[in-house]
Amino acid sequence: MQWGSVAEFFAMGGYGLYVWTSFGATALCMGGEVLAVWRRSAAAERRDES
Amino acid sequence: MSATGINWFKYSSPQAFHPLAGRMIPWFAAAAVGLIGVGLYVGFFVAPTDVTQGDAYRIIFVHVPAAWMSMFLYVIMAVWAGIGLGLNARPSFMMAQAIAPTGAMFTFLALFTGSMWGKPTWGAWWVWDARLTSELILLFQYIGIILLRSSIDDLRRADRASAVLALVGVINVPIIYFSVRWWNTLHQGASVSITAAPTMAGTMVTAMLVMMLGFWMYSIAVTLARMRCVIVERERQPSWGKNASIQEVVEAR
Repeated sequence: MQWGSVAEFFAMGGYGLYVWTSFGATALCMGGEVLAVWRRSAAAERRDES
Repeated sequence: MSATGINWFKYSSPQAFHPLAGRMIPWFAAAAVGLIGVGLYVGFFVAPTDVTQGDAYRIIFVHVPAAWMSMFLYVIMAVWAGIGLGLNARPSFMMAQAIAPTGAMFTFLALFTGSMWGKPTWGAWWVWDARLTSELILLFQYIGIILLRSSIDDLRRADRASAVLALVGVINVPIIYFSVRWWNTLHQGASVSITAAPTMAGTMVTAMLVMMLGFWMYSIAVTLARMRCVIVERERQPSWGKNASIQEVVEAR
């Protein structure tokens, strides 16, 4: 473990902005895709039952 | 039919595949969450800071898996498209249709995270380098395939047209992969290859490979879920939720 404090962890040695934007975008895209497929399947099943 | 005594072709029918996919999704989703969790832990808390790039290198843990998935998914999509064309099998085309959006998303992520990595290390968000340009073309290919499908109303024509486009585009995948060797690129060469020892510390490689596996499991889970949607949307049956009698199916057709 190389982090002395929580602040040091979030700073990422001065590259925090780049690192966290990358991981944040990845999380958003993957989470968003799961949500989109979820909604699509709910809509498909609703139409299927009617 | 086969030496194993299992009729594998059973699952080439949407009717049989829909419930099978439903049973498989939770396992792949759980594996994805577990592997990505472990990968993030090793990547942020076990892997050391890089000597030359500082902590900016940690972007590799999403960048490389996303870039690999963008190429793998393209090849898999093209294989299903090819099988669909060869055997004229609907479910193969549906599989190709279900893979495309996930592949496009990973291509976008590879480009985006690459840009986030390029700025601090190269001093530029974007350069017209062979690796970056060929990956950008891959994104356009995915978008083209999705748009071509949605622009043709006749499903069977849409299937075949987008399958041909997907197959022709496979040529770009080896170009992306070998671009760092064929041309002088700003982008670095492969960090990990089958033939040579990795050029990174052990824990860095471990974190990257675990993330990679996690992204694989995620892709399988989300593709199967989308496949189920595609089946329900395309194959109007009395109900996919409950077992239909032959009578009802006949009436629906």
